[in-house]
Amino acid sequence: MSAHHDDGSRTTLGFWIYLMSDCLIFASLFATFVVLAGNVAGGPEGRELFDLPYVGWETLLLLVSSATFGFAMLAMEREDRRALRQWLVLTWLLGAGFIAMELHEFAALIAEGAGPQRSAFLSAYFTLVGTHGLHVTAGLLWLAVMIHQLSVFGIDAMVRRRLACLSLFWHFLDLVWICVFTFVYLRGAV
Amino acid sequence: MLLGKLTLDAIPWHEPIIMGTGAAVALGGLAMVALLTHFRLWAYLWREWITSVDHKKIGVMYFILGLVMLLRGFADAIMMRAQQAMAVGANPGFLPPHHYDQIFTAHGVIMIFFVATPFILGLMNVVVPLQLGARDVAYPFVNSLGFWLSAFGAVLVMVSMWVGDFAATGWVAYPPLSEMGYSPTTGVDYYIWSLQISGLGTTLAGINFVVTILKMRAPGMDLMKMPVFCWTSLITNILIVAIFPVLTATLAMLSVDRIFDMHFFTNEGGGNAMMYINLIWVWGHPEVYVLILPAFGVYSEVIATFSRKPLFGYSSMVYATSSIGLLSFLVWLHHFFTMGSGANVNAFFGITTSIISIPTGVKLFNWLFTMFRGRIQFHSCTLWTIGFMVTFAVGGMTGVLLAVPGADFMLHNSLFLVAHFHNVIIGGVVYGCLAGMTFWFPKVFGFTLNEFWGKVAFWFWLIGYWLAFTPLYVLGLMGMTRRMNHYEDLSWQPWLLVALVGAVFVGLGILAILVQLAVSIRDRAKNRDTTGDPWNARSLEWSTASPAPFYNFAHVPTITSLEQHWEDKETGRAWVPSAAYEDIHMPRNTGAGFIISAFAFVLGFAVIWNIWWLAALGLFGMIGTFIARSYDRDTDYWVPAAQVEQIEKARYALMQEARP
Repeated sequence: MSAHHDDGSRTTLGFWIYLMSDCLIFASLFATFVVLAGNVAGGPEGRELFDLPYVGWETLLLLVSSATFGFAMLAMEREDRRALRQWLVLTWLLGAGFIAMELHEFAALIAEGAGPQRSAFLSAYFTLVGTHGLHVTAGLLWLAVMIHQLSVFGIDAMVRRRLACLSLFWHFLDLVWICVFTFVYLRGAV
Repeated sequence: MLLGKLTLDAIPWHEPIIMGTGAAVALGGLAMVALLTHFRLWAYLWREWITSVDHKKIGVMYFILGLVMLLRGFADAIMMRAQQAMAVGANPGFLPPHHYDQIFTAHGVIMIFFVATPFILGLMNVVVPLQLGARDVAYPFVNSLGFWLSAFGAVLVMVSMWVGDFAATGWVAYPPLSEMGYSPTTGVDYYIWSLQISGLGTTLAGINFVVTILKMRAPGMDLMKMPVFCWTSLITNILIVAIFPVLTATLAMLSVDRIFDMHFFTNEGGGNAMMYINLIWVWGHPEVYVLILPAFGVYSEVIATFSRKPLFGYSSMVYATSSIGLLSFLVWLHHFFTMGSGANVNAFFGITTSIISIPTGVKLFNWLFTMFRGRIQFHSCTLWTIGFMVTFAVGGMTGVLLAVPGADFMLHNSLFLVAHFHNVIIGGVVYGCLAGMTFWFPKVFGFTLNEFWGKVAFWFWLIGYWLAFTPLYVLGLMGMTRRMNHYEDLSWQPWLLVALVGAVFVGLGILAILVQLAVSIRDRAKNRDTTGDPWNARSLEWSTASPAPFYNFAHVPTITSLEQHWEDKETGRAWVPSAAYEDIHMPRNTGAGFIISAFAFVLGFAVIWNIWWLAALGLFGMIGTFIARSYDRDTDYWVPAAQVEQIEKARYALMQEARP
């Protein structure tokens, strides 16, 4: 009777496997970025383009949002619906701030003639960082849906399971960003 | 503006072959719609098939998709063979180069992604949960979604025939040829988007089956008590999860090169085409193992059953399968020894490639030893298996030959290569899928397939393969390169004529399969399988009824043996009716998978033609439907014990009648 019933472990395992597969998308993009990073085709190099303090603030927003998501999960464990909601909203705002900063950075680069069409290096840069940004955007949409589902369904088994997956996703994106910061910005800026 | 790049000129009015096919397909489609309407089957189709989350029905739909696309892929093949048989000297043949190039591209894409892959996924869908003693896969809705994504990917390929064109680049679309500068039409975009959509479906299927196999085995079935087919499926799905994301990323990069004028793989702007070629083969080489491993699983089940012996060397089979899975990631560079990576790199990849033949050889010997002193029954499934062993061994050996970098420099891009991979794919994957179809058909439909036509099909396929591809080995050694639209060397023509005859034989083999299906459906009452175990077989799926009830097993079985059903039969515990039944928890049907996939099709089509408002509609439709589905809390239900009892009692009554 219980053989068909999922206690949640099945979903969690599947989500981990999905994350590993997503990790391989990023691995392909990172590998390509590393191969193409020197191919600036006479255009600007990373050193001339990247504003490290700006990216530092951006990174801080995302890292703090991971912490606030952690507090949200603690609130969920305590069954504290109000606190859970507040932490999730705060996480959303920090994530949205990160995306806004990233869009601003992209727009500035394009405005100074360093768009993705300029060189293979910039194609790889925009695609890698942009793919991460798209993931965070998807995470924001998911987060918004979960905030709504929390008010509709309360903290039930399904909401719990989905928030657990979303939290994995969110921390995963944080880890990817740390790699982006290291291999794209720091490596490019020195 | 409203329709992007799409105009009436996109339809190839001046191509009589395409327009003729188009007319035939349109008429056939209309006839189909009329019949469905006349017999009021639309609601049935929607309720019982399109929205179904039953893994057996999804498996059947995968198989139908594979068969339909096989006809298309074969039509491409026979046109190529006919063209090459005549296009020598002054004769230009009947296919102009641009059309011919699309045909060889479409043939490869269709046969790999929309024939072989659906066959493999169809088999796994039907068989894996039954062999595990499970009632469904881990995520039934995701299963339905994955199938429909694959199906709509196939539709996109078909649409390219009449609206626009298809890629003329070869099936892996190497840049810079596939870049905008050299392929300015929408052909490559059709290629990219049909593979992105169906590839997403395949990835979802991969995740689903890994979790199903790891988490849903019946109590007592530890990994080393799992049937070999499940083992090969597990490794295949791990490979799928590991490689399809790479394909997705690679095609995405090619796609942004084309749409946004980026420079990943272009000649200008610092792009690096070899990066694409590396990435595509990081996906592409394991992909061939994705296809062949489940076929190995089929042969293992078939040969044990029809030799009336347990499979020889079960654990060596498991280790061989796993090591093939691992090694498949270490060989990709053998697809481009000529790139110029240097002698050491080439030597490394040449050696790893040769090493793969060791676990494969282990398997071959295991099958032979299974047959040794067995009571072999020459059923058509057995014939496919023996035909495979003979054919595949030769294909493996020519593969080892190609793995030697020095030899590869001579044979690279020649017809020798074409003969080699058809040798292993037809002789390995296709024979295996057809054997698997014959073997498990009664489990899904409740009656066996006609043996006479099965054997006719086998002999046509076997002779057809050898007639069609042996000449290509010879031609490759004579120096004929692949994908030639026209040639000047008269001494090649006799060989190509033989190859054409071989292709006709394969065509007759396909026809024989269609006849077999028709005859079997006509005679279904006569060939009914009332026992659930028509072959006196060994694993769990044969312990339940044929056709298997939608819940698979009235009671989840407890496993004590690797060949559970065989042991139950030996000890008299098989087919004992239960005293009491219980409620069964089952997933509800849902149309969400179909709707999301239809929106994905809209998205793909719109991006191909740069119709941006429609692309936005497709994307929001996909996301919106998915979100709406996440609010649906009523996704499963209970089958009352009384209903289970009724179904099971009817089954045992039928068995009593058959075996008094």
